[in-house]
Amino acid sequence: MATIPRVASKTNTIAIRSENLCRHYRMGETLIRAVDGVSLEVRSGEFVALLGTSGSGKSSVLNLIAGLDRPTSGSVVVQDRDLAKLSREELAKYRLHVVGMVFQSFNLIASMTLVENVELPLRFAEVDRGKRDDMAREALKRVGLQARMDHRPSELSGGEQQRAALARALINRPQLLLADEPTGNLDSHTGTEIMDMLRDFNQQLGMTVVMVTHERALAEKYVQRMIFLADGKLVDDRPNVPGSAPGGHS
Amino acid sequence: MKLPDLAELALRNLRESMLRNSLTTIGISVGVASLVAMLSLGIGLQQLFSRRLAKSGLFDTVLVTRRDQRGIGREEERNGPAPGESRVLDEAVRVEIERLPNVLEAYPDIRFRAELRFGDNPHSTTISALPASAKSNDAFDGMQGAFFSSDTAAEVILQKTFAEELLGKAHARGEEETSVADLAKPLLGRDLTMLYSQRVPSSIPASPSVAGAATDTDSDLLGATYSVVYREQRLKIVGIADLDPESMRGPNRAKVFLPLKLAENLHVMQPSDLAASGQPVYSSISVRVKNPGQIQLVEDAIKKMGFGTFSILDASRGLQQVFRVLYAFLGIFGSLALVVASIGIVNTLVMAILERRREIGIMKAVGASDGDVKKLFFAEAGAMGILGGAVGVVLGWSIGQVINFGTNVWLKRQSFPPEHFWAVPWWLVVLAILFSFVVSLVSGLYPAARAAQLDPVQALRYE
Repeated sequence: MATIPRVASKTNTIAIRSENLCRHYRMGETLIRAVDGVSLEVRSGEFVALLGTSGSGKSSVLNLIAGLDRPTSGSVVVQDRDLAKLSREELAKYRLHVVGMVFQSFNLIASMTLVENVELPLRFAEVDRGKRDDMAREALKRVGLQARMDHRPSELSGGEQQRAALARALINRPQLLLADEPTGNLDSHTGTEIMDMLRDFNQQLGMTVVMVTHERALAEKYVQRMIFLADGKLVDDRPNVPGSAPGGHS
Repeated sequence: MKLPDLAELALRNLRESMLRNSLTTIGISVGVASLVAMLSLGIGLQQLFSRRLAKSGLFDTVLVTRRDQRGIGREEERNGPAPGESRVLDEAVRVEIERLPNVLEAYPDIRFRAELRFGDNPHSTTISALPASAKSNDAFDGMQGAFFSSDTAAEVILQKTFAEELLGKAHARGEEETSVADLAKPLLGRDLTMLYSQRVPSSIPASPSVAGAATDTDSDLLGATYSVVYREQRLKIVGIADLDPESMRGPNRAKVFLPLKLAENLHVMQPSDLAASGQPVYSSISVRVKNPGQIQLVEDAIKKMGFGTFSILDASRGLQQVFRVLYAFLGIFGSLALVVASIGIVNTLVMAILERRREIGIMKAVGASDGDVKKLFFAEAGAMGILGGAVGVVLGWSIGQVINFGTNVWLKRQSFPPEHFWAVPWWLVVLAILFSFVVSLVSGLYPAARAAQLDPVQALRYE
């Protein structure tokens, strides 16, 4: 990652910092302010939830942090890298090495087996074939899919697919794990399994986890901090003691 | 992404849409097959002409004349020395030329008019002498009888038209020709008597090898240097040639051929003898070169000696030009199908982008760069190109074989010898596959760029 320029760090404990972050789209004559002046900081090792209703801009913020999208204005600095200033090539390297991402719809490639899906980022990182296979199998074992390695995604349950997606997100040992509605397509039991895994990665590996969800109860059960968005703006940012509130996954 | 990974992913993607990609690849194959078929026909025809010309002895032969004998048409020879200033072509010059590097043999062109008696009828014609090496000449391929048994044998080969004349079978236009075999039957083994003028230098007695009797000993044309005597020579007819070995010589072509050494020993009076005295002088010398590729070197060396040269090289340069134009035309027509096929590649890949939009988004989300995506689409286009090219070459070669076979069946029915009209040299195989590969890559340019530019957020939203 030496090729990606870093900006001077104010504090080493800040993993993500956005300042007046905006992402506006034009749809015909209408200007849509998906993200509108969001400033926030996430410390290294934190487990944060971005909450809000549909269209509140939480997924857009996550895409900006993931380097999948670029801000219209403002800045987002992740691990001392100002993403707005990175080239397309540098952004690709950033996505490859710094962040891991899981999605609501799992986003596994249907024509590939689980092992092939998990080793896909390693192909782009030009890891040797033999080493790649071992790493992918090891990662799948870690998420409990040792018996399903050579199956295609369509042969697996939603929970298994999301676990495979988690294994893929972690294969390049990123510092940051971003999850966009990771339990959105799962039943409550499976959703809990996935959330437990995210918590384990956060606590055992010290990984910074940012999760987008619209389920407040789920967030309250697992995360250390909840950031609320509405109409593209940050409306509330409050700490949370995981499991302190009653309820759970609903 | 590493090349093997790229190839593996590309092949996997091609397999996923097997039918569509197979159809596109077949399209490329047909394009390449048409290109290969067209070009191999052109190459085959050129090789056929070259073989024919090489066999005719025209490609490896340089005609050496005195420089003051102009009119052959070469620019440099128009600026040659005035008549009389040039060296004469005599035996010493012949030997000198024969010793030049790359020269196989140099022999004088002996050509004279004489009367031939067959039975009681006299026939006047042009006679020329052939070296033993002329045996491999294409013109004697369909000959009835045999070539001269030796270079000094008192034997003669007749051209078909002269054989007809001897038998009084001159046919009118439109009438069916008498076959060479029919002409040969009454003639082979029979004798002819040749009446000719012998040049007898005053100091040299008449050659003992010459049979026949002097009929006039007083024909001294140039004073005391030599005399001309009329002689007779019996010759046995050993062959009747169908084709005309001297077709390039136009109206001066000979219809009767003698072995070279025999003709030399006969000391036949030739027109060039009139201008000189003492040793015999040749009107021209034919020089055979070891390899047609060295003909220019030999020509240059002979020119340095002060003689004029002419070879079919000039004519063949024109022929090469004609074939280049032919290649270009055939290549353009052949390539048209490949151009159509390349549009198929663009279509297939653009469809693949639409179908795999989400997959491209996923790849970008997990770290694929624009370059990786671009390379993947290039690899798919390239794989279709190479595969289509290889199948196309086989297809083109097969088409060639079928047409070659069909043409030869037809030729056989028309009583012509079989020929090879089709040639697929290895360079054409390599070039065709390479061309197909490059065309496919070019076709992949637009789809690859489009795929690489996909916005990952939009692509991931695509269902």
